[in-house]
Amino acid sequence: MIAELGHFALILAFAIAIAQSVIPLWGAHKGYAEPMRFAQTSAMMSFLLIGFSFAALTYAFVNSDFSLRVVYANSHSDKPYLFKIAGVWGNHEGSMLLWVLILALYGALVAAFGNNIPPALRARTLSVQAMIAVAFLAFILFTSNPFERMDPVPVDGTGLNPLLQDWALAAHPPFLYMGYVGLSMPFSFAVAALIEGRVDAAWARWVRPWTLLAWSTLTVGIALGSYWAYYELGWGGWWFWDPVENASFMPWLIAAALLHSAVVVEKRETLKSWTILLAIMAFSLSLLGTFIVRSGLLTSVHAFASDPERGVFILAILAIATGGSLALYAWRAPQMAPEGVFAPVSRESGLILNNLLLSVATAVVLIGTLYPLFVEALTDEKISVGPPFFDMGFSPLMIALLIAMPIGAALPWKRGDLPRVMKKLWTAAALSLAVGAIFAMWKSGGPLFAPLGIALAFWAIFGVIVDLGERVKIGRAPASESLRRLVRLPRAAWGQAMAHIGVGVCAFGIVGITAWATEDIRVAQKGDMIPLSGYDIRFDGVERMQGPNYRIDGGRFTVFRDGEQIAELLSEKRFYPVQRTQTTEAGIRASLVEDIYIVLGDRQDNGGWAVRSYVKPFANWIWLGALIMTLGGLLSLTDRRHRVGAPNRTKAPEPSVVPAE
Amino acid sequence: MRALVIAAMLWAPMSLVHAVEPSEVLPDAALEERARDLSKGLRCLVCRNQSIDESDADLAKDLRVVVRERLVEGDSDDQVLDYVVARYGEYVLLKPRFSPLSAALWLGGPLLLLAGGLVAWRQVAARSATPAVAAPLTEAERARLRDLGVDPDA
Repeated sequence: MIAELGHFALILAFAIAIAQSVIPLWGAHKGYAEPMRFAQTSAMMSFLLIGFSFAALTYAFVNSDFSLRVVYANSHSDKPYLFKIAGVWGNHEGSMLLWVLILALYGALVAAFGNNIPPALRARTLSVQAMIAVAFLAFILFTSNPFERMDPVPVDGTGLNPLLQDWALAAHPPFLYMGYVGLSMPFSFAVAALIEGRVDAAWARWVRPWTLLAWSTLTVGIALGSYWAYYELGWGGWWFWDPVENASFMPWLIAAALLHSAVVVEKRETLKSWTILLAIMAFSLSLLGTFIVRSGLLTSVHAFASDPERGVFILAILAIATGGSLALYAWRAPQMAPEGVFAPVSRESGLILNNLLLSVATAVVLIGTLYPLFVEALTDEKISVGPPFFDMGFSPLMIALLIAMPIGAALPWKRGDLPRVMKKLWTAAALSLAVGAIFAMWKSGGPLFAPLGIALAFWAIFGVIVDLGERVKIGRAPASESLRRLVRLPRAAWGQAMAHIGVGVCAFGIVGITAWATEDIRVAQKGDMIPLSGYDIRFDGVERMQGPNYRIDGGRFTVFRDGEQIAELLSEKRFYPVQRTQTTEAGIRASLVEDIYIVLGDRQDNGGWAVRSYVKPFANWIWLGALIMTLGGLLSLTDRRHRVGAPNRTKAPEPSVVPAE
Repeated sequence: MRALVIAAMLWAPMSLVHAVEPSEVLPDAALEERARDLSKGLRCLVCRNQSIDESDADLAKDLRVVVRERLVEGDSDDQVLDYVVARYGEYVLLKPRFSPLSAALWLGGPLLLLAGGLVAWRQVAARSATPAVAAPLTEAERARLRDLGVDPDA
């Protein structure tokens, strides 16, 4: 019964979304207040209805209602509670429901907190949001109904894929979707602005917080996925350039570019049409990501749906959303004249370089991801595009970005003086080179690029700190004055500094783990010592244990350094009897310097066990960097200018420009 | 048989990832390292997006052994790759070789960077060349100026 109510609520939400995609748009066109206000009411109602529907599905999962086909196919009565809940989005139908729930949540947030947005813009934005909701609600109702019943009702479910029964992967989709779907907000704002034919500083200020929220949560989502891959897949890889990873990474890169270009629009009334284009691209890439994952076209570790009918449906949504908005863009964008004037050396130019590098990097990932498909479709040949290509195509762009980042951030608006900025930053350059040199001496034996990479990462970090110091006149003014200035810096400036430091920290981790990871593969007998990178790892044998819904072969290891015991590790091989699958839980001793990472392999004929041991230097800095970036984004989100009332909108252009349709 | 292959394709990446077995490891450390580097660039043909270095599929294991055999025979890295490509096709390479087929892949990024850089540069040049043009005065402002005794068109 509850499931039927959930289904019914979804149908109601579909009807409301149809109304919301028409009425406020018409109201905004005619200047009628009442139809415009309808958008707020309907956005709230959509959220409540979809929320109810989602709760109904969650209820079915938690109570193991196996009369629902998705619950039967993705849950089991023995499953731990947390994973019964995570099971809701651990399957195609439920994850699409989560998708529209988050879409509705964003709509409701605009309705509730967007009071500083002009009524017409808000009404149009919510209408565009509703069009997306119509498309995806139709997708769910017509191709992926989560409330489908089974008759007869099975006794028990077939269980959730054991790889998904993990806390990081349970939290991964909600964060990822908060990011993916959150990019619908700048998209809707952009389309609404195109309909209005007007983009100005105030518009950029309204778009920014939504982009920040989406980008920050997407960062968390990607980092969780990467961290999960690191400890779960069993060899300590953290990024595979897998199509599904790329699908989430491309919107992230474009959203980062969008955050930067929106600043230029806000401060300098320039890069307007480019910013609109980025907003369209960011969400289009989100849709492309949804398509890649949901269609199973490029099936990989994550993809758990492969049904061409669904793929074609999402492809149609993608084509209409992207094609429609680009057509609107082609028609309207030429009217958006830039206003600000700036010199070739200026913060504006720095941000343009940032946008160029991030966009080309996205393009490289996009080309690499889709290339094999196109080759296969157009010729009889098949080619593979894998990590070696992406590493080669992507890294130079990121290196350029890292080099330019502190310089660009230190340049003033309008007109800058490169020698002067370099004079400011030379301490940062010297310090980072010194750190690189220290690493070259400490970690001898790594590849030649490694110390340079370390220096580059620290250049990003020190560059930010030196720039902050300059801004508060440290050493040039009394300490009390500097402190006062530091406290008074806007939160957006702090957020920017943190996010940039996060990039440096992340780069540091990537260089470290890439350059200096070591490993040992062997068959070990109980009592054997494995020497690795200054550690001695003793294999203490394997124990049979029982988990909540799996059996464990637990390999016990003791780690010594210089004869002293520093850790006892348990490396698990889990066997899930319901699905008849195995997973690994590596034994990891994590630290900021290096992780000791041990994986228990198969039992060998001679009674020994295959044991793989790795030392992964600075691995955790990768995710620490992502965390710092996220906090920077969220800090910037709390900046005063996003909270206080409506910023002054530039005067509406005379009707001579173009009448809004 | 076909069902088996499909099942293998679906499940290979989902199952335990074990990759290199202790028995495969070459006694010569330098040779083993070359083998590992080569393995990272070769696709496991029955998996999805895994190199033979990462996969525990039987076919990946066979290929790892082939690579090691060739290295022990004294082949150079390129010879090993040629040998593998001759048997399994270009598809096995995770980094495609430059060819007419892969030209757009390899040149796409650099060309875009060039084109984008050019466009950006022209934009920057245009923005810095334009003198700051104030918005034209509105009729009300002109009237006010006239009231003040200033000719707005002067």
